Amino acid sequence: MAIDRAQVRHVARLARLALSPEEEERFAAQLGHVLEYIERLQAVDVSGVEPLSFAGEAAGGSVMREDEPRPCLPREKVLAQAPQQNGKAFLVPRIIE
Amino acid sequence: MKTDLLPLSQISDALGSGGITPEALLEASLARIRAVDGKLHAFLRLTEDEARAAAKAAAKRRANRKPAGPLDGIPIGLKDIYCMEGVETTCGSKILSGYVPPYDATAVRKLKQAGAVIVGKLNMDEFAMGSSTENSAYGPTMNPWDLSRTPGGSSGGSAAAVAARLVPGSFGTDTGGSIRQPAAMVGCVGMKPTYGRVSRFGVIAFASSLDQVGPFAQDVRGVAYLLAAVAGYDENDQTSSKRPVPDYAAALDRGVRGLRIGVAREYFGEGLSPEVERAVRAGIEKLRGLGCEVRDISLPNSPHAIATYYIVATAEASSNLARYDGVRYGYRARAGQLLEMYEKTRAEGFGAEVKRRIMLGTYALSAGYYDAYYLRAQKVRALIRRDFDQAFATVDAVVSPTSPTTAFRLGEKLDDPLAMYLSDVYTVPVNLAGLPGISIPCGFDSKGLPVGLQLIGKPFDEETLLRIARAVEPAEHRLPPIVEDR
Repeated sequence: MAIDRAQVRHVARLARLALSPEEEERFAAQLGHVLEYIERLQAVDVSGVEPLSFAGEAAGGSVMREDEPRPCLPREKVLAQAPQQNGKAFLVPRIIE
Repeated sequence: MKTDLLPLSQISDALGSGGITPEALLEASLARIRAVDGKLHAFLRLTEDEARAAAKAAAKRRANRKPAGPLDGIPIGLKDIYCMEGVETTCGSKILSGYVPPYDATAVRKLKQAGAVIVGKLNMDEFAMGSSTENSAYGPTMNPWDLSRTPGGSSGGSAAAVAARLVPGSFGTDTGGSIRQPAAMVGCVGMKPTYGRVSRFGVIAFASSLDQVGPFAQDVRGVAYLLAAVAGYDENDQTSSKRPVPDYAAALDRGVRGLRIGVAREYFGEGLSPEVERAVRAGIEKLRGLGCEVRDISLPNSPHAIATYYIVATAEASSNLARYDGVRYGYRARAGQLLEMYEKTRAEGFGAEVKRRIMLGTYALSAGYYDAYYLRAQKVRALIRRDFDQAFATVDAVVSPTSPTTAFRLGEKLDDPLAMYLSDVYTVPVNLAGLPGISIPCGFDSKGLPVGLQLIGKPFDEETLLRIARAVEPAEHRLPPIVEDR
């Protein structure tokens, strides 16, 4: 299955990836090659098959616990990893003019 | 042979009898790393100070005859995907350069409790995406048997470190073969436990319905010790199982007489190197000789596994890796606006293979393609699992090659993503089905490169797998040429 550069650009925007023109070209070819291989799944008879999203044990519904406060990581320890912060919050480039 | 070159369980015995101290073992490990790792590049960084403190504490417990268990005082390495408090954790990616986790992964916490001495963090393909460790942002790891070849991947550093005797044991992760394939390529034992057997809390996520934590060692008993230390329920990973953890080491010497072993024709077809096939068939004959009943079986949907995997795994990865946005941790590109900041951070922070997989996964999940790709892949996944369920009605385990070839050359498959993906053709079905799998050394090819034999088991039946693995593992552990016995 072929994939063109416009599709590559669209998907890159969805994935929040800025691609160079060279990358767009290379990815179009390589993704096309992989998609061509994946096409073989279209020939598999899956009629009446329930999709399997998770091969673990059926947990018997979601795992719940009492909604009680617990200690969490201290704020300064977490903020210490941020590229930009002001001691209270993460900082990002201005969103609203 | 020098004690520190022995397989893990024998080192553990030596620690128990006082034949060597944890401190002496650690210094031997660090000396070997200094002597050899310049050529191998298995370690990304060492944690010498923490390790020395841990070895000292272990020595004290050993001297008081109160060891925390068989791992007390044993040096181990961790794939750089495990969060370790206060130690940089990059996942092989530039986007996490400088990231210092504020907490320990559950597996790391349990290993510390078991007295293991964590020596450092090991190289890997970026975000565990790759089969050669060449996708690391920090340069490739070399195969100890031939420095011009890759150690496999993505846990290539973990495998190479054990094969080169830098450490007796290590941990990796396995999403599509990333423990078993490198174990085969370097000639050590590597195990991917059942999905849910070990907590992934604090292990950086790639594809959450497939990822599993697992150990490497030179010997099966060593792997049993390492698995026992990390297995079990964890309230921080809701996919972890509440089933009790059996005594894996106790299962090892029960023998294999009467066990039924399945040989699936789909795992011996086109693309399999004749030399690998010969070695694996010899391993099967060994099992027959030990009293196993060998049966021909069929897993007809396994040949669809690679195509299925590259939809399921990339879709989950595209979602998991959305968190790397330059806001809370890791790398941030300079940009005036938020959207530009996201796009540039991710463009500059991720390597080519990670971008390719994010793109593929985003495409498979995008409007108009979801049913044709993602939903269909999940249905084929159900068929692959069903094949195994049916097979396990008549056999106790399935045997196959771990990978179709022995170690390939650096650069050989870098420009052909599909060829790289196909080196996981026999391991990927096991992840899709959520089963336990183990790779055991079973001889060498004519170039002197190790061959791996894979055993696949029923869910949560690691005991049977370890028992069979113990029966087929070689009596002698040959040293790679890079290791000097001195």
